[in-house]
Amino acid sequence: MKRHLLSAGDLSRDDAVRVLDTAVELLALSDRPIKKLPTLRGRTVVNLFFEDSTRTRISFEAAAKRLSADVITFSAKGSSVSKGESLKDTALTLQAMGADAVIVRHQSSGAPHRLASAGWIDGSVINAGDGTHEHPTQALLDAFTLRRHLAGDTGDLEGRRVTIVGDVLHSRVARSNALLLSTLGAEVTLVAPPTLLPVGVGSWPVEYTYALDPALAKADAVMMLRVQRERGGGGGFFPSSREYSRRYGMDARRMSLLPDHALVLHPGPMNRGVEISAEVADSARSVIVEQVTNGVAVRMAVLYLLLSGEGTTR
Amino acid sequence: MSDGATEILVRGARVLGAEPADLLLRDAAVADVGPRLDAPGALVIEADGLVALPGLVDLHTHLREPGREDAETVSTGTRAAAAGGFTAVHAMANTDPVADTAGVVEQVWRLGAEAGHCDVHPVGAVSVGLEGVRLAELGAMADSAARVRVFSDDGHCVSDAVLMRRALEYVKAFDGVVAQHAQEPGLTAGAQMNEGELSGRLGLAGWPAVAEEAIIARDCLLAAHVGSRLHVCHVSTAGSVEIIRWAKSKGWDVTAEVTPHHLLLTDQLAESYDPLFKVNPPLRTKADVEAVREGLADGTIDAVATDHAPHPVEDKECEWAAAAFGMLGLDTALSVVQEAMVETGLLDWAGVADRMAGRPARIGRVGDQGRPLAVGEPANLVLVDPAARRTIRPGQSASLSRNTPYAGTELPGRVISTVLRGRPTVLDGELV
Amino acid sequence: MPPAAAGTSSSDISGSPDPLRASRSRVVLDDHDMGRALTRIAHEVLERNRGSDGLVLLGIPTRGVPLARRIAERIGSIESHPVPVGSLDVTMYRDDLRLHPARTLEHTDVPPEGVDDKTVVLVDDVLFSGRTVRSALDALHDLGRPRAVRLAVLVDRGHRELPVRADFVGKNLPTSLLEQVHVEVAEVDGRDAVRIEGPVEPAAAAPAVPAADQQGEGSR
Repeated sequence: MKRHLLSAGDLSRDDAVRVLDTAVELLALSDRPIKKLPTLRGRTVVNLFFEDSTRTRISFEAAAKRLSADVITFSAKGSSVSKGESLKDTALTLQAMGADAVIVRHQSSGAPHRLASAGWIDGSVINAGDGTHEHPTQALLDAFTLRRHLAGDTGDLEGRRVTIVGDVLHSRVARSNALLLSTLGAEVTLVAPPTLLPVGVGSWPVEYTYALDPALAKADAVMMLRVQRERGGGGGFFPSSREYSRRYGMDARRMSLLPDHALVLHPGPMNRGVEISAEVADSARSVIVEQVTNGVAVRMAVLYLLLSGEGTTR
Repeated sequence: MSDGATEILVRGARVLGAEPADLLLRDAAVADVGPRLDAPGALVIEADGLVALPGLVDLHTHLREPGREDAETVSTGTRAAAAGGFTAVHAMANTDPVADTAGVVEQVWRLGAEAGHCDVHPVGAVSVGLEGVRLAELGAMADSAARVRVFSDDGHCVSDAVLMRRALEYVKAFDGVVAQHAQEPGLTAGAQMNEGELSGRLGLAGWPAVAEEAIIARDCLLAAHVGSRLHVCHVSTAGSVEIIRWAKSKGWDVTAEVTPHHLLLTDQLAESYDPLFKVNPPLRTKADVEAVREGLADGTIDAVATDHAPHPVEDKECEWAAAAFGMLGLDTALSVVQEAMVETGLLDWAGVADRMAGRPARIGRVGDQGRPLAVGEPANLVLVDPAARRTIRPGQSASLSRNTPYAGTELPGRVISTVLRGRPTVLDGELV
Repeated sequence: MPPAAAGTSSSDISGSPDPLRASRSRVVLDDHDMGRALTRIAHEVLERNRGSDGLVLLGIPTRGVPLARRIAERIGSIESHPVPVGSLDVTMYRDDLRLHPARTLEHTDVPPEGVDDKTVVLVDDVLFSGRTVRSALDALHDLGRPRAVRLAVLVDRGHRELPVRADFVGKNLPTSLLEQVHVEVAEVDGRDAVRIEGPVEPAAAAPAVPAADQQGEGSR
């Protein structure tokens, strides 16, 4: 595995399987009386969040703490960053604190890449979502959830069909999932109005289509992406939330078109009534809450695998 | 050393790459050209193996003064120009205050004359404050001591068709030209890099080729309609080359420039997320690079213009979206053109002289620059060693800024001497 | 990311066709010896515990796990009822995680009876530096509070770095630090054997490898 996790594309199939297998063992920890391991004792993990994301931040915090790391959370709001401090100066501060890993969430695509490659810090950089680029740990936890339900804990996603629906253009989750699920051998289909598919999507390792209904019958899982209401109407990507929801929303009728075993995923936070109806979100097929639990185990696995053995590589 | 010498004898230079000859420069003019000239007391420049070209003329330079003297000043920018073989530059209008009045253009012109490293021809803004709403006092700038002939809102596109039409019409009165930064604003809101497969993958907002091409097509039609001169800044796409080729085939008075970086670099460099490669218009695809090279070779594109855009370190040492657009170009332009055009066989040295001196001088209506190296002509010339190779180090530039995209790259060619009206500004590769 | 371990795994070496290497390896326990040793351990555990009440056997992966199962089977057949057996992965508790590429986690499987108030017998193949056992005690501590913890190993090769002592030993095997001990078990390696492997000319051999680097599975 590389020293940083910036893109789902950084993971080979062996790397990805290793993360998922490790997460299987770590998930068992949540059933034990002491949910903590001494593995990263004395190591410093910094949560560097330039953008609000309570769920991702808490998930990483829990993961690092369960591995006994010292966790420092650095939120841009109310900090020197909001007073104009540059990414570089923030990075130098973290370096001075001796951060072994920096988990970064940033509104600009590529900011974690800059942190990792500009020579400002020595620690491992983990991308916790950057702009409209990637969110690799979300993809790992989605893959973990899919594997548990479709292939058994340590099974294989080879040939499984995953349909990703919605605002692919602005979705870092879609980018990371398209890369990771393809790496794992799954067949990914993107479904979106043409305005919400990026230019050049034809060269991605996926299929894409503009019509949702025909894509449902063969899907083993459907992942609904969050669609921001402001993209519609004046935003110009689609005429209205209502029209979007009619053409691309997951509702009870569409759910009935899915095979019996098929799952519904959503990276959250959901816009109930836009991309997903309450009936679907709360149905038995929905694994949305479980995705949160799995997120901690997957992030523990990533931290463990990136931070072990660094004495041999530094 | 040489300010006192009134005569310079250049020995054995290959003028425009032809057979070696001697050049005698006297009183700011070329006094004699021929084999084995004799000039006792003259400063002798041994030019064995060097190619002599007319001093280069840049149509598109950002000198940043007044307003951003932390990035560049007229003095430092023109030193970088001289080091790159230029004897004249056109200083873009997007300063602070904007060069939209006779006062500002005269200030820039005077600073250039005082520094004395190369001629500075200020470009006047088309619209007041570059805001694209109402025409600046183009006539006053034309009539000022700076004698402005090129007008541009560079950095901003004159997107309003009526304003563009009026500007094109108005500059006819003093033989001016409107140099358009072709960028349809709505199609490029928030744009970060060339729109294509890579922008989709990197999650960076795309700057589509059509946003450039649509404006160029409209402007060509407007220029034809009102019978005026249009100059297209930094052409970057294959489609733009096609449109300009078509406009020229109609006999319309349209000229165009391409930057050195669009002749050499592609959008793939954005994959590093290193803002050194962030520029406007963005680096395009390999096919676009081939098309602009071909356009420059066949004359569809008239000139190489650097779009030298200095930025302080903090504006580039940050995340991509927060970084400023632009890259340095003056020091490296001739080397990049040698690499992209000469060594590929697309242009010979006479062609380089035409695209980097002759035509840009004529577009800018600069009468005493870009002239042939012949008896009686102004003594503006550059001597380049085409056999040299050098690795670009950002710290070597005379520019105040360091944002070169070529750091660590080896490029061919080295400017050995630059002479401005008979006075050396660069000798033995060092600024005088 | 290869699964760590400075020592080569037994299966790799047993399959080696290299005659030189084979000539340096000698079998010190064959399958019969191993069977007898495990039976004796089973009896000693029962004797020490005065029966199988409250006993839980936990094998340390990889090869400690099948050994624990075999001991549990023997105890079960002597006592005529099954004794709980499971596995305890100690990877996350190791003190050398920073020194090696990340190790793949093994399965921890605690019998439903749990470990609270039980007599837990940890089972491993080789006792060497004692660091693995130290890790196991920490791991066990996080699972609950046993009444007592005992240690059973197939081979004790000496060279302790921590104050650790086995309660039940299949065979004491004095070794040089230049030698490697390989335990092979049928469930993992296809046969039962304990081998010692060492340099042909011990005096001229490579410098002693720090013991901490020799914690690889099966080869100590």
